Amino acid sequence: MSPQWIYTFVYLAWLVGASCFVLGLHRMNSPATGRSGNQLSAAGMAIAVGATLVWLVTREGGLSGIALAIIVVGFAIGGGAGLYAARTVKMTAMPQLVSLFNAVGGGAAALVAIDDFIRLSNGAPVDTTIFVVLGALIGSVTFSGSLIAGGKLQGLIAGKPIFIPGGRIITVALAVIAVLGTIALIAGAAGAVTLSSETALVLLGLVVLSGLIFGITMVLPIGGADMPVVISLLNSFTGTAAAMAGFVLGNPVLIISGALVGASGAILTKLMADAMNRSVLNIMIGGFGGSDDAAGAVAGAAGSVREVGVDDAAIQLAYAQSVIIVPGYGLAVAQAQHAVRELAELLEARGVDVKYAIHPVAGRMPGHMNVLLAEANVPYPQLKEMDDINPEFDRCDVALVIGANDVTNPAARRPGSPVSGMPILDVDHAKSIIVIKRSMGRGYAGIDNELYADPKTGMLFADAKDGLAALTAAVKAL
Amino acid sequence: MSDQLLSSLAIFTLAILVGFEVISKVPATLHTPLMSGANSIHGIVLVGAMIIAAEADNPVSYVLAFVAMVFGAMNVVGGYVVTDRMLQMFRKKPTAAKAGTEGASDAPGA
Repeated sequence: MSPQWIYTFVYLAWLVGASCFVLGLHRMNSPATGRSGNQLSAAGMAIAVGATLVWLVTREGGLSGIALAIIVVGFAIGGGAGLYAARTVKMTAMPQLVSLFNAVGGGAAALVAIDDFIRLSNGAPVDTTIFVVLGALIGSVTFSGSLIAGGKLQGLIAGKPIFIPGGRIITVALAVIAVLGTIALIAGAAGAVTLSSETALVLLGLVVLSGLIFGITMVLPIGGADMPVVISLLNSFTGTAAAMAGFVLGNPVLIISGALVGASGAILTKLMADAMNRSVLNIMIGGFGGSDDAAGAVAGAAGSVREVGVDDAAIQLAYAQSVIIVPGYGLAVAQAQHAVRELAELLEARGVDVKYAIHPVAGRMPGHMNVLLAEANVPYPQLKEMDDINPEFDRCDVALVIGANDVTNPAARRPGSPVSGMPILDVDHAKSIIVIKRSMGRGYAGIDNELYADPKTGMLFADAKDGLAALTAAVKAL
Repeated sequence: MSDQLLSSLAIFTLAILVGFEVISKVPATLHTPLMSGANSIHGIVLVGAMIIAAEADNPVSYVLAFVAMVFGAMNVVGGYVVTDRMLQMFRKKPTAAKAGTEGASDAPGA
């Protein structure tokens, strides 16, 4: 077969791979087909990568020994590390692993663009230069930004918003440097200004460096609870960077997949922000809640809460007809998903009807709570989404709130509070409410939760895991 | 712009629209696996890494291509495996059955 024909088949294989990605994502619409969707997507990836290898080996000039070694050894090392990390990571640590994978993906896109730039530096056309520089810039921002986001989730970097003195100015200055560098490079390619290839390289280095620092200063001032939105946004960036690399290499599978991920990340980012009743811009500006000002400004309401003992709470739960469990961020942090499942099973064995109310943004990422509870073997049908469970709070005897705060605050129904308009779980409609919480500390929005001052509410001050273990022991003893 | 770039731009635009359509239909429950799944898809940049590796002819390019290969492969392999682990947990029957038996064995102790 002539190389031309082989390239045609390779090109078709790339299209097959890209189609697998689209169909695979589509199958992730439902839990039933989700896994096969992911496998289809993986098969598409294998086809695309395999076809590329065939093309590189059979095309004119072939593949040098060094190139083959780079491909094989590089794949073995990277793939091995990825496999090990993905197999061994605890499910609670999964968001930061996704962030890490996103970082290396962005890094790879940036490196591909940088290498292309070096090769093309003698007389690249304007349009190619645009895509190369954009790919390098976006990839760099994603790389450093995702590493910081992952570091915040892992606790390596303080989760609270970190403000660098003059941080805003630095961020703006970096953006200006990156934009000016990009313009200069494009002007150079257009012939408007004359750049030696050394100058062009220095300029690109400047653009990449400002991108890397920009990624850091962009993510540092954003609070830990916002990291999912940030990771999703960076995920979208990486897709775009991959598409830019695709433009430079004239490769359809890179363009299609990159655009697909760019679009999906953007939609997902908006959905997450919507669920928190905030705009993406608002999140990126950062520092929402959590700051000392917000915490110190509002006091009150906290005085009138009622504390409940473990034994009282256990009796309420054990003799209830129906219990709705409301798990939140605190449960995910305390890794108490197994403890809650144990308590729920104990209650069910006593004939109590147990359901879980899952707020769309419960946990650290949308859907994260479902994954955590599924890992703890909570039967999937017991997990109810907000719209399905809200009417049931009226008929429920006890609502057990574990480490959830703002998503239960009735203040969201009235205008004039930071959480106004946010969709909430109607926990206050339950006949009685038990809240397991470490302290009266405020939630992410930095305001008091009116639910805690409700006369029906009893506060059980404990770490989610310890509190649940104590409750389980108390119910067993009844 | 060259014809090739223009038709690439058309592909890019259509793929973005496809991405919006496919994603907007996914329920919130599956957003985390979806994000992870999309995350593995952009690992396709591995193909780009392979191409620059094949064209590398100097030490700088060798190093760039090698690191890009390592990064890309980590993104692809790790991404798919961790997504599979998440989605595996949504399987209804075996999970429910297992939880049921565990619940039963817990009960006598109560």
